Amino acid sequence: MKVVLKNLTKRFPNRNKKLPDVIAVNDFDFEIPDGKLIGLLGPSGCGKSTTLNLISGLEKPTSGRVFFGDTDVTELPPENRGVGLVFQNYALYPHLTVRQNILFPLQNLRGDKKLSKEVMEEKALEAAKLVQIDSLMERKPSELSGGQQQRVAIARALVKMPSVLLLDEPLSNLDARLRLQTREEIRRIQNETGITTIFVTHDQEEAMSISDLIVVMKDGVLQQIGKPQDVYDMPENLFVAKFLGTPAINVFEGEVKNSRLYIGCEDVLAVTGAPDGEVWVGIRPEGFSLDEGGAFKAKLERVEVMGRDTSVVSTHEGCVTGSIRSIVPSEERPDGSEKTVSFSLKPFKTHLFSKDTEERIPFSY
Amino acid sequence: MKNNIKGWLYLLPAILFLGVFMVYPLIDVFVYSFQENYQFVSQTYTGVGAYNYSYVLHDASFLQAVKNTFILVIVTVPLSTGFALLISLALSSVKKLKNLFQTVYFLPYVTNTLAVGLVFMLLFKESDQSQTHSLISTIIGLFGLEPFDFIDGPYWANMFVMCFYTIWVVLPFKILILTSALASVNQDYYRAAKVDGTRPFRIFTRITLPMIRPMIFYLIITGFIGAFKAYSDVVAIFGTDLNHAGASGMNTIVGYVYDMLYGSTGGYPSYASAAAIILFVIVLTITTINLSISRRNAHN
Repeated sequence: MKVVLKNLTKRFPNRNKKLPDVIAVNDFDFEIPDGKLIGLLGPSGCGKSTTLNLISGLEKPTSGRVFFGDTDVTELPPENRGVGLVFQNYALYPHLTVRQNILFPLQNLRGDKKLSKEVMEEKALEAAKLVQIDSLMERKPSELSGGQQQRVAIARALVKMPSVLLLDEPLSNLDARLRLQTREEIRRIQNETGITTIFVTHDQEEAMSISDLIVVMKDGVLQQIGKPQDVYDMPENLFVAKFLGTPAINVFEGEVKNSRLYIGCEDVLAVTGAPDGEVWVGIRPEGFSLDEGGAFKAKLERVEVMGRDTSVVSTHEGCVTGSIRSIVPSEERPDGSEKTVSFSLKPFKTHLFSKDTEERIPFSY
Repeated sequence: MKNNIKGWLYLLPAILFLGVFMVYPLIDVFVYSFQENYQFVSQTYTGVGAYNYSYVLHDASFLQAVKNTFILVIVTVPLSTGFALLISLALSSVKKLKNLFQTVYFLPYVTNTLAVGLVFMLLFKESDQSQTHSLISTIIGLFGLEPFDFIDGPYWANMFVMCFYTIWVVLPFKILILTSALASVNQDYYRAAKVDGTRPFRIFTRITLPMIRPMIFYLIITGFIGAFKAYSDVVAIFGTDLNHAGASGMNTIVGYVYDMLYGSTGGYPSYASAAAIILFVIVLTITTINLSISRRNAHN
């Protein structure tokens, strides 16, 4: 089912009543296509979880509407929206077994939706098989590992076959290895069920690796929405550029003069179509290629070997993000004895942003 | 070894005090209970045997005290725990004036037992001197009933006042424990239940109750022990002459022990000791049963 948010806004009264309201979600307007996996991404406190709560119905919006398909669900309570919700801490009932936990949502059904015991058991087993915990049905949550608990939580959310599955920071309580495994698992489950899935995370790598679309948020404001690679390649503003990618993008103060980009006094790149003036320059770590005749010269600090690649750390007076980190193939790495290092820049890994609005400045090369 | 000595040295003050004021008296009471006609002053006794127990168990006023105590326990423990749970649930669902209500419900806890007993006497007792009736009499008078003295009245009336008072006195502590237990339940369980469309009654029986069950068992166990040891509350309402209060004996087991030692019929430490040991055995048995039930429940 597609999910449409129209001018969605949520304000919370400030605890200190003299201060203005906190706007957790500011005028959201976007559409989540049917059957996709969407990553809602942003730093802590940017309103991701509030957005999720607005979609689930646990919070009422201050203004704006939420549509599931063509139905306006804004006034519907959560239980009538047909959503499955997985909490960050899983919220499994500790006194119930895995089976009882998965059965719980089904036992709540009444009226014509009421199911017979056999059908409920069957559905619970089906959901358990989907997340591969059908051998643990009689265990208590305390007897399961974190990853297994997570699966039970997903099974409990899926057992009613919701039209939308919502995951609130589903991986943040798992260790690094399990996180990798579980995110692939979420991708697999979503593919198998075809349920529109929205998950919240502050980990950009997590969001990029499994999402069909990512939605980047900051301070309650939607920054960019798109396919992960597109958002990475064409960040619409400086925030998105800085938020996506590890190691992070290197930011410099630069100036455009006669369609040439200057960092410091060096003329480093042709930027046809960019207006003259001061700009922020963002260069991805992989945007530097070692080139003895390269126009961009930096003071070499150290060379970090990472096996497949080498990370070259250098400094430049124009850089506003501390040191410059560039990734180069290992076979080209400098031996570390040089004082300076010269790069040429890859234009499609270099982004210009306006000094005032921090919006992207397009240019051709 | 050296560390061991140091450790014992640290424990010594506590061991000394507990030994002198707890362990020694306990053993002493046990010994007295088998010594016939023990006298404090002369430190003499006439024989050793189970006669004290036999006497106490055949004493009508002891049996009356046991009956009173058991009625008190069976009526007040479930009722007070149930009321406390209802009030705590109500308190945790109100937002406005929450602090005021919490204070009001907690007041009896910080109020002196004897002062409260006096208030209860004024509520229920018909005064000989004044021409006005007690508050309760006035209220039942509105329904066309005759004035009625609960304190000097029949046994059931005395028992009613006693149970009423006990429940009222133990409520605040139970409410305090249960409201904090309710507040400590993770809100995500309720949010998860809400998304799944769980009805309020089911949320209560399947989520809230199991989550606070350890605290409920704690309250039931301490409630049993407290009610078995009831004495000061009875004195506060009916005075010290409990065997003759209002024509019906409102004595409790602890009251009987006191009477046997110091009361107008006192001077029998052997009987008092035997009664105390019997009370101890009763409390021990009930608590063991309670604990085994709560453990079995915790595993399910």
